[in-house]
Amino acid sequence: MIRYVLRRVLIAVPVLLCASVLTFTLTTMMGDPLAEWKAQRARAPEEVASQYHRIGWDRSPVERYVGWAEGFVTGDWGHTIIPGDGDVAVRPEIFRALGVTLKLVLVAEVLALLIGVAIGVVGAVRQYSRFDYAATGVAFVMFSMPLFCIAVILKAGGITLNNGLEDAGLGRWIVTAGPPPGGFGGGGVGHLLYQYSGAYLLPVLSLIAVQFALYSRFQRASMLDALNADYVRTARAKGLTPARVVVRHALRNGLIPVVTVFALDLGVLLGGAVITETVFGWRGMGLLIVQNIEHKEPWMVQGWMMVTAVVIVAFNLLADVVYAYLDPRIRLG
Amino acid sequence: MVDLVPSPTAEESAGFADSAARAQWRTVLRRFRRHRAAVAGMAMFALLLLFAFVGPLLWPVGLLPGPDAKAPPGGAHPFGTDRIGHDMLAAVLAGTRLSLQIALVVAVVATLLGVVLGALAGYLRGWVDATIGRLIDLLLCIPPLVITAVLARRSFTLAPTAEHQSNWITVAMILALFTAWFPIARTIRGMVLSLREKEFVEAARALGASTPRIVFRHILPNTIDVIIVNATVTVAQAVLLESALSFIGLGVHRPDVSLGLLINENKNELATLPWLFWIPFVFIVLISLSVNFMGDGLRDAFDPRQRRVRA
Amino acid sequence: MTPLLEVADLGVDFGTEDGVVRAVRGVSFTLRAGEVLGVVGESGCGKSVTASAIMGLLPRTATVRGSIRLLGEEMVGRPAEQLRRLRGNRVAMIFQDPMTSLNPVYPVGWQLAEAYRAHHRVAKREATARAVAALDEVGIPDAARRARQYPHEFSGGMRQRAMIAMAVINRPDLIIADEPTTALDVTVQAQILDTLVGITGEAGVAMMLITHDLGVVAGVADRVQVMYGGAVVEAAGVDELFAHPRMPYTVGLLGSVPHPEQVGARLTPIAGAPPSPLHLPPGCAFGPRCPLVQQRCTAAEPDLLPVTVPGGGPGSGHPGTPRTADGAAEHLARCVRWSELPGDRAARTLFEHAEIGSPLNAEPVGREGQR
Repeated sequence: MIRYVLRRVLIAVPVLLCASVLTFTLTTMMGDPLAEWKAQRARAPEEVASQYHRIGWDRSPVERYVGWAEGFVTGDWGHTIIPGDGDVAVRPEIFRALGVTLKLVLVAEVLALLIGVAIGVVGAVRQYSRFDYAATGVAFVMFSMPLFCIAVILKAGGITLNNGLEDAGLGRWIVTAGPPPGGFGGGGVGHLLYQYSGAYLLPVLSLIAVQFALYSRFQRASMLDALNADYVRTARAKGLTPARVVVRHALRNGLIPVVTVFALDLGVLLGGAVITETVFGWRGMGLLIVQNIEHKEPWMVQGWMMVTAVVIVAFNLLADVVYAYLDPRIRLG
Repeated sequence: MVDLVPSPTAEESAGFADSAARAQWRTVLRRFRRHRAAVAGMAMFALLLLFAFVGPLLWPVGLLPGPDAKAPPGGAHPFGTDRIGHDMLAAVLAGTRLSLQIALVVAVVATLLGVVLGALAGYLRGWVDATIGRLIDLLLCIPPLVITAVLARRSFTLAPTAEHQSNWITVAMILALFTAWFPIARTIRGMVLSLREKEFVEAARALGASTPRIVFRHILPNTIDVIIVNATVTVAQAVLLESALSFIGLGVHRPDVSLGLLINENKNELATLPWLFWIPFVFIVLISLSVNFMGDGLRDAFDPRQRRVRA
Repeated sequence: MTPLLEVADLGVDFGTEDGVVRAVRGVSFTLRAGEVLGVVGESGCGKSVTASAIMGLLPRTATVRGSIRLLGEEMVGRPAEQLRRLRGNRVAMIFQDPMTSLNPVYPVGWQLAEAYRAHHRVAKREATARAVAALDEVGIPDAARRARQYPHEFSGGMRQRAMIAMAVINRPDLIIADEPTTALDVTVQAQILDTLVGITGEAGVAMMLITHDLGVVAGVADRVQVMYGGAVVEAAGVDELFAHPRMPYTVGLLGSVPHPEQVGARLTPIAGAPPSPLHLPPGCAFGPRCPLVQQRCTAAEPDLLPVTVPGGGPGSGHPGTPRTADGAAEHLARCVRWSELPGDRAARTLFEHAEIGSPLNAEPVGREGQR
């Protein structure tokens, strides 16, 4: 197992190297970072030249790439460079945003997985029952619903709820602008729980809305496969109780693909629940990348894409390890 | 025992295969028609196409703001107007058309690309397969929304000029080339990998058929059901992806109008001018729901469980 | 003494979208303790459905009619919980494909111990010891170590041995083996069959051996029952059936099996494929493929009747119906022209004509493996 992981890490190096070139190309393709600054008003040629020199854009793209790569490996991921954006260091900013996103995504994904698996299993065991049809219908509607609309509707609902609470003299509960950077404070455990639930409720709900539908469909399909498998027939022929057949034999096998998909999805979502974060003002990875693409901050975008690539590659590896752990037929090595 | 049965002559077997194929399509059609949700989805999709492409002829109101602002639906403005006086029916007509246009272009381009690359990878294997596989791995390392956003960001540095009035085709191509084709390519690759070992392919090869002929005449027709189902699903996903992109402000821009853009423009009016949000929202949901139901009906009609290729 | 298993007028229907599938129709037979019954026929003839009905393993979409009595007790219509207590305990089953019949995520020994613990209140340790003993019994070397391995570490033959061990671990009265050797290599088939017969014979377990291969039945079964189109078309003692088949379908099946005496000669298969149980032909189900078919065959389905031997058939010595010790008819056939099928009429002469110019509207016989 350890040797397999090491080998996979080694294989990941060239992939990430290619990814760094690709992301650098993409970042470069965003265009001249100073274009908008220059367009604000007429500027003296010397001022323009000195700005380009300051941000290093007087060097060739190859030189810039090599410089960035050296920095990335040694831990200096650059700073924001556009005048007016301040001088924000890329690395701490990305790690801060990653922490914010991690909390949101972990809570939402785990809940979505539990709900989805439960619905999928019941739907498969009671195939073509009323429950199955209802679950299928809901999943279809959720698939067809744009996530941002769900978020916008939830946010409007939250505001209405807050107004209602205020009218009742209870004060606002739902936070529609994300938790404060330093976290909540003051009051007892109950008060903290009240504050955090108010901040997490809507973004978590909007993420669950889409993800649970996905997991329930996956779980239903893999569970049906398992229930129709020969080994489940064997288990029934042995005279095991129906519950044991479903849980120990079918579910144990039917979970394997879903858990793998879960690990892959978690990696992708850590790259930011872009829509959810935008709507609910969570200053996580999603909002970070949207804002910096708008500003055309090259190093921030570059660093962000590299971190995401590393996270996704790592979670791919994790998914494989989990798969091998759950399915003894897969031998790593 | 199979081999001992007198073998049919080539002509007879060709006729047999032909009638079998026709019977197969009839069965598919029958099963599809029996799938009520799928038929409803198809009817809805046809209506949406009519609405988007014929509607503008019947409602020749421009996309520029008019004198009435914040008019509720009804009267001169069946869908109302927004805060600066855009007629919403005209905007929704244009938006639906553009969303459908983008989605269909994405589906066609992504399907072609995915099928060709997937078939090549699966049939030729070796370094071609490895290269295509690594390319997909690489592109999967970066979230599609971000790749698209970055590339779309560039295309907007072109100020709208006489030649560049519209960027919708750019958005469509970016979506097709950077995200939508991977799943199709992967699925087709897997199917081709197992189909290429089948006897009928072996036979074609023994008869000296060229590689393109084997791939396009013998192997790919056996994956047509998967291709069709995947293409429909791609349409639904492209509609959602495009609207998401336009929603975060990195997709379609004025003077073009898409449903996602309309929602983005009006997301803060949900409490005050609710129709501005709900109408485009309903249209997005209708498009993707109708396409998803169609795809589901097709999947059931083809019934992959009966035709699943054994590895 | 009550027979071990008494099946009377068993019918199984499946309601499908396209209509009612009559998978099993009016099947009756009796199985005594320690007896081996071979059930033969092409795929789709209702053999496996009959087995599933006895096991109580039919899906909810199935409707069962008639009676299945195990040790004198009626099984049809029993509560599921009572059937479960008998499954794997009094009746055990061995399936066709050992590659998929074991759960891939649990060790083989664990799965055997589970089967034991399902019907015995014992500690895990003891159940595991039982499992190892059972594996040893079916000829798996180094059983203690093998018990800890997963199914994918077993070869196909070894897995089928493990399935046999699982079937006998609770010492059942009846084992139903559904094509137990079909999915195996030819070289392994004989070994597995030997193991199966040896272990059931020693323990005095009755066996219902389902197969499409008459060769398997020949050396093993006491009685053979041929099924076609969901119904029994011929039943007889194994020697009698091979010597004097009284139903053209049986003759055809015999003709589809290579025989050393016929080296160089062509095999004589039956043209066409079994009828879909959804659209049974009128009259005799075998009619459309039968070389002896007549008007009256398509008018009404013949009954399954005792074969009488007018002139003193071989082996009997005197006229009348050959009967077994307890008076049941020894040889039953569902054919109006059975008397025209003396034992020496080979399949070659019977099916030769059907072969030439046979319509191509059906797939070849041997498509079982492609499914």
